[in-house]
Amino acid sequence: MRDVAIVSVAQTDHVRAEPRRNEVEMVQPVIQAALERIGAQISDIGFTCSGSSDYLAGQAFSFVMTLDAVGAWPPIAESHVEMDGAWALYEAWVKIQARQADTALVYGYSKSSPGDLPRVLTRQLDPYYYAPLWPDSVAMAALQARAMLDSGAITETEMAEIAHRSRTAAESNPHAQLKGSPPPEELLAGDYVAEPLRRHDCPPITDGGVAVVLAAGDRARQWADRPAWITGIDHRVDSHNFGARDLTRAPSVAIAARNAGVGYGAVEVAELCAPFTHQEKILRTELSLDDDVVVNPSGGALAANPIMGAGLIRLGEVAQRIMSGEVRRGLAHATSGQLLQQNLVAVLEGDS
Amino acid sequence: MGDPSSTQEVLRAPLTIGYDFKRTTGPVIGAFFTALAEHRVLAIRDTRSRVLCPPVEYDPDSGDPLTEMLEVRPEGTVTTWSWVSTIREGQPLQEPHALAMIRLDGADTSMLHVIDCGSPEAISTGARVRIRWSAEPAEGFANIECFELLEEDRDG
Repeated sequence: MRDVAIVSVAQTDHVRAEPRRNEVEMVQPVIQAALERIGAQISDIGFTCSGSSDYLAGQAFSFVMTLDAVGAWPPIAESHVEMDGAWALYEAWVKIQARQADTALVYGYSKSSPGDLPRVLTRQLDPYYYAPLWPDSVAMAALQARAMLDSGAITETEMAEIAHRSRTAAESNPHAQLKGSPPPEELLAGDYVAEPLRRHDCPPITDGGVAVVLAAGDRARQWADRPAWITGIDHRVDSHNFGARDLTRAPSVAIAARNAGVGYGAVEVAELCAPFTHQEKILRTELSLDDDVVVNPSGGALAANPIMGAGLIRLGEVAQRIMSGEVRRGLAHATSGQLLQQNLVAVLEGDS
Repeated sequence: MGDPSSTQEVLRAPLTIGYDFKRTTGPVIGAFFTALAEHRVLAIRDTRSRVLCPPVEYDPDSGDPLTEMLEVRPEGTVTTWSWVSTIREGQPLQEPHALAMIRLDGADTSMLHVIDCGSPEAISTGARVRIRWSAEPAEGFANIECFELLEEDRDG
């Protein structure tokens, strides 16, 4: 296996609505910043891969337009996933492992503000048994929360504590959209949005994006004093047939974590992509995280949730903490689809 | 052009969302839909003898093709639910309703659907419900209009 690292990360200041800039204008400064931080140009990049959603952009092949933000002339080697950008990173990692490239630019972005996000997300569902009902994504997540409450896997107080802890942590994240939180007791006095979920249990609707640069071996060491080496990465899927799943579990997370080698060392920090509070508990359980692991110091997806970017941001957040020397080994998790259907786990490590 | 942030009027356009592909339903989903038009509910047995409803073509664990279809009851039990107060276009009920997973009698897995039950106080995990068939014959899944509480449950 080749040594591959994240060497640069940049993200937008995430907002509820970015009405005056289109996707290209929104993501271009982020791509530029990720390259400038390491003194690189697009001509130094061997492969470019993005994650975005045509359903949010309201246009087929919308990612092709977004290539204007990269600069695709002279022609570049490029690909796209209709998934979170973390899966675009996985594709780029495979490309580098296959020696088709030594460097890669990866980005994920979306603007959810122009449409009705809970309605748009119904198009991710099984087209025979789920999508015809147009079930809104918050009510779907509420089915999972209820299953957890009914089984005793979580309490509403724990959910409020997760919301409070995440958004309090986000106060030190300059890119976060939601910063600060009333105490859990106050949160629990709020009304339900989709019983048993209250507003604090739900992620914000976000316009934003993130860009990451990957490099192999010596190139990574040239570009970064302390590269965030990807020492393990795997992605797995649970059934799209949610009614056949135990909704309180996400076995694909545990499998991905095992294959990524999470257990081969201590995890100092974990960035988990849990858009809804109860999902953090599922992830902690599947990942068997010790209580002393710092979880979501960025605030996580509860503080900013750009669809198709929130998972890649988790990798970026862990990478930045390794590159800065704050931690040596961390875990990043990304999810795509509803109810933690698809999951990616990566282990990032700095040189000791 | 100039600075985009100085633009006063933001251009707006309708966002029409659809998944505009015709699909062949195949031997399992097609049989399930055909039976719904006759007000019967079919399920399928997986390799561990679990009865999956709605039926799927492949075993969720092993991936083996599944073929043994059997009938289950149009009544069942709510396994989890939430409350939908903001109604969106295309949803089966145009008034506030429960969204629920329902395990039909005879099945081991649950079906997603909506329950016409008036208020969240009327519904709970474990509630007994039955299919309300659409008044007019419909295509496939739409033959199920919604679920409703069984009388025994409604009367307490």
